[in-house]
Amino acid sequence: MSDEPEHGAGTEPVRILAPDGSPVGDADVGLSPEELRELLRWMVLARRLDRECVALQRQGELTVYPGFEGQEAAQVGSAFALGQLDFVWPTFRELAVALVRGVDAVQYLQYHRGTWHGGPYDPRATRFGPICIPIATQLPHAAGYALGQRLDGSDAVTMAYFGDGSTSEGDFHEAANLAGVWRLPMVLFCQNNGWAISLPSSEQTAGEIWRRAEGYGFPGVRVDGNDVLAVHRATARALERARRGDGPTLIEAMTYRIGAHSTADDATRYRDDAEVERARAADPIARFRSWLLAAGHADDRFVTACEEQADAFALEVRTGVIATPAPPAEWMFDWVYADPPPSLGRQRDEALG
Amino acid sequence: MTEWTMSGALNRALYDALAEDPRVLVFGEDVGRSGGVFRVTDGLQAEYGEARVFDTPISEAGIAGAAVGLCFAGWRPVVEMQFDAFSYPAMEQVVDHVAKMRMRVRGRVDMSITLRIPAFGGIKGKEHHGESPETYYAHTAGLKVVAPSSALDAYRLLRQAIADPDPVIVLEPKARYWSKESGELASDGPGIGNARVLRDGENVTLMAWGAMVARVLDSAAILADEAISARVVDLRSLSPLDDAVLERCARETGRVVVVHEAPRSVGLGAEVAARIMELAFDHLQAPVARVTGWDTPYPPASLEQLYLPSVERICDAARKVVAY
Ligand SMILES: Cc1ncc(C[n+]2csc(CCOP(=O)(O)OP(=O)(O)O)c2C)c(N)n1
Ligand SMILES: [Mg+2]
Repeated sequence: MSDEPEHGAGTEPVRILAPDGSPVGDADVGLSPEELRELLRWMVLARRLDRECVALQRQGELTVYPGFEGQEAAQVGSAFALGQLDFVWPTFRELAVALVRGVDAVQYLQYHRGTWHGGPYDPRATRFGPICIPIATQLPHAAGYALGQRLDGSDAVTMAYFGDGSTSEGDFHEAANLAGVWRLPMVLFCQNNGWAISLPSSEQTAGEIWRRAEGYGFPGVRVDGNDVLAVHRATARALERARRGDGPTLIEAMTYRIGAHSTADDATRYRDDAEVERARAADPIARFRSWLLAAGHADDRFVTACEEQADAFALEVRTGVIATPAPPAEWMFDWVYADPPPSLGRQRDEALG
Repeated sequence: MTEWTMSGALNRALYDALAEDPRVLVFGEDVGRSGGVFRVTDGLQAEYGEARVFDTPISEAGIAGAAVGLCFAGWRPVVEMQFDAFSYPAMEQVVDHVAKMRMRVRGRVDMSITLRIPAFGGIKGKEHHGESPETYYAHTAGLKVVAPSSALDAYRLLRQAIADPDPVIVLEPKARYWSKESGELASDGPGIGNARVLRDGENVTLMAWGAMVARVLDSAAILADEAISARVVDLRSLSPLDDAVLERCARETGRVVVVHEAPRSVGLGAEVAARIMELAFDHLQAPVARVTGWDTPYPPASLEQLYLPSVERICDAARKVVAY
């Protein structure tokens, strides 16, 4: 196992498990059997919750919800590699990362319930930044945070998530450039899920995203984002490199958005069902489960237990979400300023009567 | 008593803030080695080192966005946008995050960011170097906006902006960078949110900010010769506005002229006029008058004096309002 990122000829992503679960690389990524089982448990839990969220939206309990089915390995594999003090800057699609980070799912879902913008959870305590909708704008935040951490002498690493579509934004370029020129302790983790709403990644950019790293002066690697072991190993190496002080890495995890962009989107308008079916056949959970069972790290009882746990968790979250009331009206005014102007106080009185 | 240029006073404000608070960072384009295109950051890097005072790539969104991240890490960023129009690439970061982040995280992280922007016209600048962006920022909930008019007040406002827990946009009038004022620098005194009455008067109040304050003072002197006693108010805090001073002056003089460089339509003068109506309508003896730039892009150097409110236009407006 070399320390350098291994890329295939141009496009072939680094892979440890073939889509059928058979190992094609060294499956020893430094995780104990128990940790390997944890990976499966998180992925199963995340998928179950994701489906519950879609249902909650259909039932009117959530506003528009952006699902991540198909991206469980990319999210869980990368998040599982993070150290306790590492800080995540997410987009709006990283619910699985949030779970692995220990963010309370009911609090997280306040965002999609429409009761709070941003991060109702405590971003500093959870080390998971506020949910970020304006595409790629979280990336300069990550760069600044990484700089701040380094100025304090911390060896914590900053992890920034973004999609393939985000790489067309100026903020991606600005953040990657800052990361390179300042050698920031940061990992830029792109989930290339093939789509940005209706635009396929082939129309998003003519090149390969991982290759851009070279232009910024740091390494890039393309991994099979549906191979949780490959994702974990690539992320762990990138984190280690950043922790050593050797600067950032760009990881492009090739995955697929099985669902529509969000519950408000109808993907049949722009993509073939056949493509989705092919992607389902490369399912990240089935792949890892079959390897885990074949390698003897887990048995069917464990798999069943994971599923039961996930059902119970989804029910618990559902109950919590539904029980969440609208926020008190004064909250609309309370945190706009630390030191609010008198005119805002008068408007507050006017609004609250 | 020391004589200060505004540039020198601002430089001193940064120097003192860096000395007092080890969490203050100063960064932006050419602010380090070169000391900034207007020399406002001159010597700071030599004194405080490259970790606390540093150059960035040409990357306005990156600068503003990094400031947000630095706040999460407990730092107090003071950043420079090189010129007014070049603050626009950072607009998304400023409006979507700098302004809203504190609310988004329920007050758990303050956005104690100071965004310094050399602004306004009057220096025969190239295009994109004479913009008055105050309305964009003042219209954004979560931001505070100040514009000093003199050296000593520039020191005070910048120190207060840096100490403020909320994000403050400091619009530094380029045309006044080399203007001089004598006195002792102090950060106490009128705060953000307070206007200052610079000259007393009874017949009409002239309100302005930034470089227009000097023209309004000149106008008041001319009007005095005509037996028109004009009060001069430096609004200086554009968001929040000082409602108390607006109300008091409108009541006491009954007539108000508001002067700004920005285009008239939807300029901050409209907000000032509306507030005065809300607060003191019964005391008004004439409609509030506006003397402003035209609703055109800022013109080339040879036409800028036609664009900017002149002493003649200001005096004319005051005479009309008084004769109303
Ligand atoms: C600045 C900005 N422009 C447009 C949008 C609308 N929008 C939301 S998600 C999205 C696609 C993002 O694609 P990608 O980065 O690949 O992430 P994915 O949705 O696939 O997770 C767009 C265009 C936005 N949120 N922000
Ligand atoms: Mg995408």
